Amino acid sequence: MSEVLARILVVDDETQIRRFLRIALEANGYAVLEAADGATGIALAAIERPQLVVLDLGLPDQDGKAVVRAIRDWSAVPVLVLSVREAEAEKVAALDAGADDYVVKPFGVAELLARVRALLRARQAPDAPPAVIEIGQLTIDQARHQVSVAGQPVRLTRKEYELLRHLALHAGRIVTHQQLLRAIWGKAHEQDTHYLRVFIGQLRQKLADDPAAPRFILNEPGVGYRLLSG
Amino acid sequence: MAEAGRPEPEVLLADATREGRGRLKIFLGAAPGVGKTYAMLEAARRLKLEGRDLVVALVETHGRAETEALLTGLEVLPRQRVAYKGRQLGELDLAEVIERRPALALVDELAHSNPPDALHPKRWQDVEEILAAGIDVYTTLNIQHLESLNDMVARISGVRVRETLPDRVLELADEIELVDLPPEELLARLRQGKVYVQEQVARAIQNFFSKGNLTALRELAMRVAADRVDAEMAAHMKRHAIAGPWPAQGRLLVCVNESPVANALVRSAKRLAERLRADWIVLHVTTPGRESLPEAAKDRIGETLRLAESLGAEVVQLAAERDVSQQILDYARTRNVHRILLGRQRPRRWLAFGRESVAERLLNRSADFEVTLISADAETQRRSAITGMRLKLERDPKAYVWALLLVAAAAAVAFGIDRFFPVASLSLVFLTAVLAAATRFGLGPSLLASVVSFLAYNFFFTQPHHTFSVSSRDDILTLLLFLLVALITGNLAARLRRQGVAQRAAIRRTANLYDFSRKIAGAASQEDVVWAAVHHVASTLQCRALVLLPMSQGDGGSSLEIVGGYPPEDRLEVKDRGAAEWAWEHGEPAGWSTATLPAAAWLFLPLATGQGKQGLLGVCFEAGRAPAPDQRRLLETLVDQVALAIERTRLVADLEETRVLSESERLRSALLSSVSHDLRTPLVAIIGSASTLLDEQAPLQPAARRELVETIREEGERLNRYVQNLLDMTRLGYGAVVPKRDWIDPREAVGRAQRQLAQPLAGHPLQVDTAGAPQALLADPVLLEQVLVNVLDNAAKYAPHGSPIRLEMTQAGDRAIIAVADEGPGIPAAERERVFDMFYRVRAGEGERTGTGLGLAICRGLVEAHGGTIRAEAARPDGGGTRIVITLPLGPPPAPSVAAQAPP
Repeated sequence: MSEVLARILVVDDETQIRRFLRIALEANGYAVLEAADGATGIALAAIERPQLVVLDLGLPDQDGKAVVRAIRDWSAVPVLVLSVREAEAEKVAALDAGADDYVVKPFGVAELLARVRALLRARQAPDAPPAVIEIGQLTIDQARHQVSVAGQPVRLTRKEYELLRHLALHAGRIVTHQQLLRAIWGKAHEQDTHYLRVFIGQLRQKLADDPAAPRFILNEPGVGYRLLSG
Repeated sequence: MAEAGRPEPEVLLADATREGRGRLKIFLGAAPGVGKTYAMLEAARRLKLEGRDLVVALVETHGRAETEALLTGLEVLPRQRVAYKGRQLGELDLAEVIERRPALALVDELAHSNPPDALHPKRWQDVEEILAAGIDVYTTLNIQHLESLNDMVARISGVRVRETLPDRVLELADEIELVDLPPEELLARLRQGKVYVQEQVARAIQNFFSKGNLTALRELAMRVAADRVDAEMAAHMKRHAIAGPWPAQGRLLVCVNESPVANALVRSAKRLAERLRADWIVLHVTTPGRESLPEAAKDRIGETLRLAESLGAEVVQLAAERDVSQQILDYARTRNVHRILLGRQRPRRWLAFGRESVAERLLNRSADFEVTLISADAETQRRSAITGMRLKLERDPKAYVWALLLVAAAAAVAFGIDRFFPVASLSLVFLTAVLAAATRFGLGPSLLASVVSFLAYNFFFTQPHHTFSVSSRDDILTLLLFLLVALITGNLAARLRRQGVAQRAAIRRTANLYDFSRKIAGAASQEDVVWAAVHHVASTLQCRALVLLPMSQGDGGSSLEIVGGYPPEDRLEVKDRGAAEWAWEHGEPAGWSTATLPAAAWLFLPLATGQGKQGLLGVCFEAGRAPAPDQRRLLETLVDQVALAIERTRLVADLEETRVLSESERLRSALLSSVSHDLRTPLVAIIGSASTLLDEQAPLQPAARRELVETIREEGERLNRYVQNLLDMTRLGYGAVVPKRDWIDPREAVGRAQRQLAQPLAGHPLQVDTAGAPQALLADPVLLEQVLVNVLDNAAKYAPHGSPIRLEMTQAGDRAIIAVADEGPGIPAAERERVFDMFYRVRAGEGERTGTGLGLAICRGLVEAHGGTIRAEAARPDGGGTRIVITLPLGPPPAPSVAAQAPP
């Protein structure tokens, strides 16, 4: 692990949290930059050009969402937001502002690293998605529009297929309701979240995915869906 | 009688009540101009020289130079300027006197009437307040103003004095100085223009100042002064327990009715009682017939009783069924009365034949009493004649028509009988009609019926037929009988009806009171009581009513606020406000019809109970419509009831407040112990584990290190769940939890809860059965997840290690049912409801993990916020194991076939 996997900027005003993130990330082969407030964070993001930003939403000098917007003005660097459980609206607002995913505090390092890896993978992915996406037992053949679970083919309607493919392209990452609706049904249907509930339900049935113990599709109430990446 | 050497208690009591009061000295004169004011000022000057702190509060010099000269060197207080009927009056400034607080104040003309807007209508009431403030008062009084001498003065002088002074006030005086001037000298002064005479009464005064009048008035003044000296002597002897020659105290009983003679009777009785040094009782006996008296007569009785009270009599009212005289005698015996006073009635007219008057009966029966009859003068007799009429004829013409119809019916029946079986006694048929008319319609119609019956009987059925000629003695007897029956039955029926009416009125009154007490007994809050009270008072007495209660202000003081009115009223005129405040401060009625601020429109009665003042009840009658005495009494009864009811609600509110306080106190201490225990336990484990890991002296095996690290993580997660619960509890307490309900798949919530609890559930295989679960549920996904986390966490805590936990989700009708069962020790049946109380924990055995006492309480709060229920039951028939059953409404069925709506 001598080679640095990526440079990650951590923006958080709590020293203890920064320290534990630094230790955990460095132990996993990342280089860590630290910023204690939003202004320093934006400056460092501009100067050091990190490959990922971990950003706490509750900063002393400015709102976390403002920091996301400031970075998004000139950079497409993936931003992972740290949030608390109660604030679904806050999470959605941060995602709308341009953040790519979030972790709910308190979190385990395993969960954080999974998110980080998923984000970095998307960034490094070639522009053209692979013809066949494989996620665990799930296989999606984009050329032939075929889906199989553990080698067993599954018959999906067009919309179900689109839905699954869109989630798979962002595997391991959150996809908000609005993003899904816009991509599959168009901008006019951005508010029709019940479409998603119905179609996700059908999709789960066909993939034999138990909502009480999901293997593939995870619902994040009030925010969106996530395809488990392994 | 008192034993020798010991003062009599009532004298000591009188002394005690005078303690702290100022002393009152009255300069008494027989007529204006005798030099009372002069004498008073001279006395004042002497005291001034002795160094007494005195002020002239108000003295009328009437421009007399010699009197004015006496004022020099004395401190004269400015007068209160009052505009009245376009004139500027200089009135006594009561507030100023009390503020100045001299040792002695001079106030002229005690009997003076204040202008209508003043605090008290009479000056003597002002003087009483000055005395109550501990200030001595010198004042002047002319004898003709004394209430009990009113009639006598009018008789002597031909002038009825309007400004009267209750005798009570004279008795209050600690000292009386008679200012005497022989009539000749007074007349001489008058001729010299030294006596002040108001222009407009000059003529009347000319008649007044005759030598005869003045001599008589002089005698009256001297007699009053002498009586007074006599009384002082007696009091002195009693105070020093000197056995004296005063006669044994007896009692006078004065019987009054609505007769206009009554007032004169009461005044004479007062004088007699004083001369005899006897207590006196004024008695009024109400009869059922009294209910039908005209309002004016009722008012007159009320006036008489008030007069008696102001003259110092004990006033008693009794009710009698029929025999008034017997009632009076019975009462007289119980009260040890030795003499009974009655007004002499005019001779009864022929209509009252056969009935003795009350006075006659009393005279006949009262062997053991002296009975004194007092007759009224000719004028009052004439006045009484107008209202003395007892016989009341029916006014309604319909009653007469009905009487005629009855006679016609009787005639028809008589014809029928005559046709088929002729009998001699047909007159009885008509008698029946007369009887019927009398009982049904009263005296008038029955008299008409008897005359018409006689005519019809005579015309149709007696020889010679079809003539009105009266031939036989039989016929004359028939006519007389008819008239007699009509009179007797009609009177009887009328009295019965009067009694019936009276009874109904009494029943109405009782029912009214009962109704009211029930209404306010049922009223739980103070607001309800107040509303019931004002509504009831207003509707029963046909007046406006309101209740004022003291409300605490922000600055710590309190002020009277209107808390309810019917019809609603939210502000008072300045004058009414003043009356209300006076009534509240002094705890006595004030405002309209009282001695304090009578110019106010409202009358305020204090609502007082044994516990003290509660508030005020205000009533306002339409202009000129005074309440009848029995309405007043009703009002007083109502006031007592309202006061008690308000006190009751106040006590209940206090009790409730205490209960809430102690409950929140209990919760606070439970929260503190919970925070200190449940927050600290995981921290102890975390800090301990971490410091062990840091300890370089004792190298650890990798397995041990791992165990410590896992402890840190587990305890951290536990701490996190606890903080979450604290947050939820706080938000539930503030009512801030509003579920953000959305259509969700309830199975997802199970999945997420399971993931959150991975660690605690590690030792318990979780068996999830969602086969019968509803596909969709309208609920807040995050809150539902929290409920499941708490229930599952609880199950994991109490179930023995390794035992399974079963979660079953089913649908029953329009409800989703989630049941979580464990194989723990179970909850005793008695405690199954209490486990949902905040900070309640089932007693845990040694070494068992205990809960925080928050989880299930929060579950209940969250489930109920969703309109669902949660309960605990035994998982097994033997009572072991716990099953928590959550029931949630599914919500309205989801929009029909949303799938179909979605574009394919």
